Amino acid sequence: MERITPLLWLLFSAGGTVAAFLFPVHLLLTGLAFPNGWVEAPSHESLHRLVTHPVVALYLFVLISLPLFHWAHRFRYTLYDGLQLKHLTALIAVLCYGAALLGTAMAGYLLWSIR
Amino acid sequence: MSSEPHYTLYHPRWYRRRVSVWWWLRKWSYARFVLRELTSVFVAFFALVYLWQLWAVAQGPAAYAQFIARLKTPLFLALNTLAFLFVLFHTITWLNLTPKAMVVRLRGTRVPDAVIIGLNYAAWLVVSGAVAFVLLRA
Repeated sequence: MERITPLLWLLFSAGGTVAAFLFPVHLLLTGLAFPNGWVEAPSHESLHRLVTHPVVALYLFVLISLPLFHWAHRFRYTLYDGLQLKHLTALIAVLCYGAALLGTAMAGYLLWSIR
Repeated sequence: MSSEPHYTLYHPRWYRRRVSVWWWLRKWSYARFVLRELTSVFVAFFALVYLWQLWAVAQGPAAYAQFIARLKTPLFLALNTLAFLFVLFHTITWLNLTPKAMVVRLRGTRVPDAVIIGLNYAAWLVVSGAVAFVLLRA
């Protein structure tokens, strides 16, 4: 665990930066502007065309994966400082990073298999 | 993170006051810290919404239409509004911290914090504009 700690901090800060710069605009559009009808949501056809472009696929992979690792790292510390769960360290770490890995694998699989 | 605690024989136990789990409610600066840490939950939430959207697009037009319809329900509108506020809080706290994480020197003098923060906000606006342009044109 100690040997990969620097890598985990790197993923935390990379993911934090990706989320800081890109999540507000994506969330504003996809989560609020499209559902509320402020602007029209893109059609399936155009979104499909966009997602199958290799550059966009790579972008989406980074956009989904890194912020998940950011969450895993930060939430892990929130649990143990906030709720004083220091005795569950190992279990919490496995669940958090495991969930981030699972999400990353799903994003990779979907982007790879989409046609 | 060593899992084996080391005990010294015959050593008196340290006196430690028990701290309540609600320690962070006592002061606004503590509460702000915990709120900042909790932004990660909403970051993960939105990453999953995007993953879900990707899955729906991969499945086909019917699944995508259902995804759009689901986001229009009051539950998701409320969650997304809350998530937007938390993510915005994450962005602001993250960008304001950049001069602490990244010290830039130009010809031997340190670039002022305000300049680094300002450039980050400018970059944020440009990047957001670019993303909006691509998504709205699609």
